[in-house]
Amino acid sequence: MIRLGVPSKGRLMEQTADWFAARGVSLRRTGAEREYAGEVAGVAGVELVLLSAGEIPRELAAGRIHLGVTGMDVVREQVPDWAGRIEEFGRLGFGHADLVIAVPAAWVDVETLDDLDAVAAAFRAAHGHRLRIATKYHRLVRDFLRAEGVADYQLVDSQGATEGTVKNATAEAIADITSSGETLRANHLKVLADGLVLRSEAALFRAHDADWGPADRAALDALRATLEL
Amino acid sequence: MSMAAKPAIRAEGQRLLDAFRAAGAVPVEADILQPAEALLDLYGEDIRARAYVTADPLRGEMMLRPDFTVPVVQMHMAGGAEPARYAYLGEVFRRQERLGARASEYLQAGFELFDRADPPAADAEVFACIHGALAPLGLRAVTGDIGILADAVRGLSTTERRKAALMRHIWRPGRFRKLLDRFGGRAAPDPRRAELIDRLAADTPEALIAAAGPLIGKRAADEIAARCAALVEDAAEPAIPAPEVATVEAILSLRAKAPAALEALRGHAAAMPALAPAVARLEARHAALAARGVDVAALDFEAAYGRTTMEYYDGFVFGLLAGDDMPPVATGGRYDALTAVLGQGRAIPAVGGVIRPGLVAALGGLR
Repeated sequence: MIRLGVPSKGRLMEQTADWFAARGVSLRRTGAEREYAGEVAGVAGVELVLLSAGEIPRELAAGRIHLGVTGMDVVREQVPDWAGRIEEFGRLGFGHADLVIAVPAAWVDVETLDDLDAVAAAFRAAHGHRLRIATKYHRLVRDFLRAEGVADYQLVDSQGATEGTVKNATAEAIADITSSGETLRANHLKVLADGLVLRSEAALFRAHDADWGPADRAALDALRATLEL
Repeated sequence: MSMAAKPAIRAEGQRLLDAFRAAGAVPVEADILQPAEALLDLYGEDIRARAYVTADPLRGEMMLRPDFTVPVVQMHMAGGAEPARYAYLGEVFRRQERLGARASEYLQAGFELFDRADPPAADAEVFACIHGALAPLGLRAVTGDIGILADAVRGLSTTERRKAALMRHIWRPGRFRKLLDRFGGRAAPDPRRAELIDRLAADTPEALIAAAGPLIGKRAADEIAARCAALVEDAAEPAIPAPEVATVEAILSLRAKAPAALEALRGHAAAMPALAPAVARLEARHAALAARGVDVAALDFEAAYGRTTMEYYDGFVFGLLAGDDMPPVATGGRYDALTAVLGQGRAIPAVGGVIRPGLVAALGGLR
């Protein structure tokens, strides 16, 4: 039996159910409303596992579920060397979010990463500590800034209300998810022109390390044909 | 990687440590738990991807020792005699973010030399000690010198500000390349930058800041204004002359046997006199290596060797390699600037190297 992990609540769950339903596959919670088990109708050999969206990358990496729906951003953030363990099977066209680097709009001298890097050097010399970037996407942002050759910054952890950290003087810049940029503008921040770390959306992922028996492979082929992936 | 058992690896390490002691080194130890702050200040945020960070309830963030160099330098700067030779043997810990066989914990045997008197002789002593200890393995020796690139940057006909920007990114080839292209006039200036310069011709930075929105955060208006002034100044600067950019690029791609590399660098020094001291240093090092019995003609020389992986080295660098599918068996180099950073106002020329006994054992050992 293929175990398909999908988000257990919220908008991501609804959109996932709609996406599968539009392709003739219905995902249904079985039993009580609070029970985290379900069934898959419209294709054989697949069972539903309801999980918090944030747990799905870990379950995929461990091979405890065969397939999972979650954001590209959380897979890349949570699973080291994710591409060696998880295959992105198809992008689902919802859950769009861009991970971007933003600085105060009043920094008229900063438009690009090149500027940010130069400012980080001057900031460190003037203030005695590295320029702080608030984020919860540590791996993604660090890998991005290393690849881009930005130095003299430090990441400070922010698990929520990240846009407010600059005003509160706990960070000088932020790296956060945005869909329209409105929240950033409201908090007097602007996105760097080349500061797009990742363009993310919901995707269906396949775990390399799950137990793929011959029946599971056949069920996967059937599911793939049904979903037209 | 190594299937050799730990006792065999430790025995190889002990033999290396004995060799270092026979060369006059004092054995030293270092704590496994190191304060994270000093390492983060040195290496930046990148080290979090390469070292294990742990939280001590009283001392804050600590790291499992990623190398011995920093604690040995700190120990020496806190009151070591001069000159000094130190040796050590112990585990280092390297976090791995890629699937595969790279070890996250392994033994390192090291030799460090603090000596002001004769840097080329000190370079040669460390190299000969490590190269000699590993002679039975028949490894390929690669040498380099980050100081040559640094001297070429210092010799460019351009502003101190541009030179400082290039120096800061010597160890980050991508950013260095972008800066060199921009300062050399080969990359078109960013249109947004050009637009800002135009606006600054008509308005003060303070007016632009006020128009852009409320200033939030710790970076103050005078810092923004100061950078605006610097950008205006820089926009008026002429490009770095093309022949000088070409010399930097020739140095970056220089790979040859050591004597041929020295000849090539002499040619570059004729065009860029600022390179003359670096060439003289290299020549003196080759002579010192030959005096220690090293076959200089057999050494490979890559001017940019270690540029992406050995960031605190700022002069002579070397690696002893078994093959492409194995990390270097030994690496080392000169790190004068590191002692200045850690010495809080004091500095001493220093050079050192490390060997991985696990790789020595995997290659059949020294017996």
